[in-house]
Amino acid sequence: MKRFLIPLALFFVLIGFLAVGLNLDPREVPSPLVGKSAPLFQLPQLDDGGKTFSPRDMLGKVWLLNVWATWCVSCRAEHPLLVAFTRQHGDLVNLPIVGLSYKEVRGDGEIDVSKISPVDELQLTRKRAAAWLAEHGNPYALSALDVDGRVGIDYGVYGVPETYVIDKAGIIRYKQIGPLTPDVLNKKILPLVKELEK
Amino acid sequence: MSQRNLGAFGAFEKIGVARLPILLLLSCILLTGLAQAREAAPLAEDVVVEKRMVAISEELRCLVCQNESLAGSHAELAQDLRREIRTLIKQDKTDAEIMDFMVSRYGDFVRYRPPMKASTYLLWFGPFLLLIGALIVLVAYLRRRSGSTEVAAEATLSAEERRQAEALLKQGDSDNK
Repeated sequence: MKRFLIPLALFFVLIGFLAVGLNLDPREVPSPLVGKSAPLFQLPQLDDGGKTFSPRDMLGKVWLLNVWATWCVSCRAEHPLLVAFTRQHGDLVNLPIVGLSYKEVRGDGEIDVSKISPVDELQLTRKRAAAWLAEHGNPYALSALDVDGRVGIDYGVYGVPETYVIDKAGIIRYKQIGPLTPDVLNKKILPLVKELEK
Repeated sequence: MSQRNLGAFGAFEKIGVARLPILLLLSCILLTGLAQAREAAPLAEDVVVEKRMVAISEELRCLVCQNESLAGSHAELAQDLRREIRTLIKQDKTDAEIMDFMVSRYGDFVRYRPPMKASTYLLWFGPFLLLIGALIVLVAYLRRRSGSTEVAAEATLSAEERRQAEALLKQGDSDNK
């Protein structure tokens, strides 16, 4: 009887490893940016042609940076949650959401960017993003336009949507890869924001 | 090249059947040359930069298709990152600096060769530990087995059986003579 115990124990150890390993999501790569300063940038804003946005503008506030695009299917799933959040808690919780429109034109596989001038690309980005927000609701305090995805690289974006929680000192405290869910928002992000507000 | 196919190339018939294969071959070479030239145009003009970029990006994982290297992936992010590496090379950054650039944004996961540090010791030395463990188990098992067979042999042969065995052996010897 005893000789079967060792293989049996090994079997259960193996099952344990598989149970944990197979439930991990390989797409969730821990970001090295958590705990570090949010990379600085200067990008044009969606609403006002002349204005730019920099994370420096948000110093002293806890805020969310939400990376999105109209061609991104998961963003579509996530968007109503953000709209509802701003509508319900906009006045109660001081948590501005900044939208980062990521490669709006060149990310869309159906458009050949080599035929479009940078000026036209920016213009088309504005048009598409504004139309989409007008249709689906605008949860953002403001939107910045990352036309070529260069800022996305600095933030380690590798799939939209992604959301960063940034504290008053401009340090990234949390990164959500993939769409936000009510669970993540209520159980992770909002408690964290409350903590950071102190 | 069969004779029947030549009929289709009516215009070529005047040139003569013997020269046709050469002509076709030449035009093929010419056409592929043109096609390649067209594909190569958007790539970096500098061969040295391109070589270094490929060497570096082969060490990096594409985060969109995680089982592909950055060099081999057609994902859009991979193209962006290759362009980024080219820019960094042109800014005279060293390979180590470019690696740091990628790791600081995407983490150690982006490297196919994980760095040696406290959190990766188990990854690097784990297999050797398993090997040593397996060897110890193997040696212990072999020792126990050889020990137990000796004991078993001695225990099972009684004096009577031993005599019988010797008798049989002797008989075998005399048979062979």
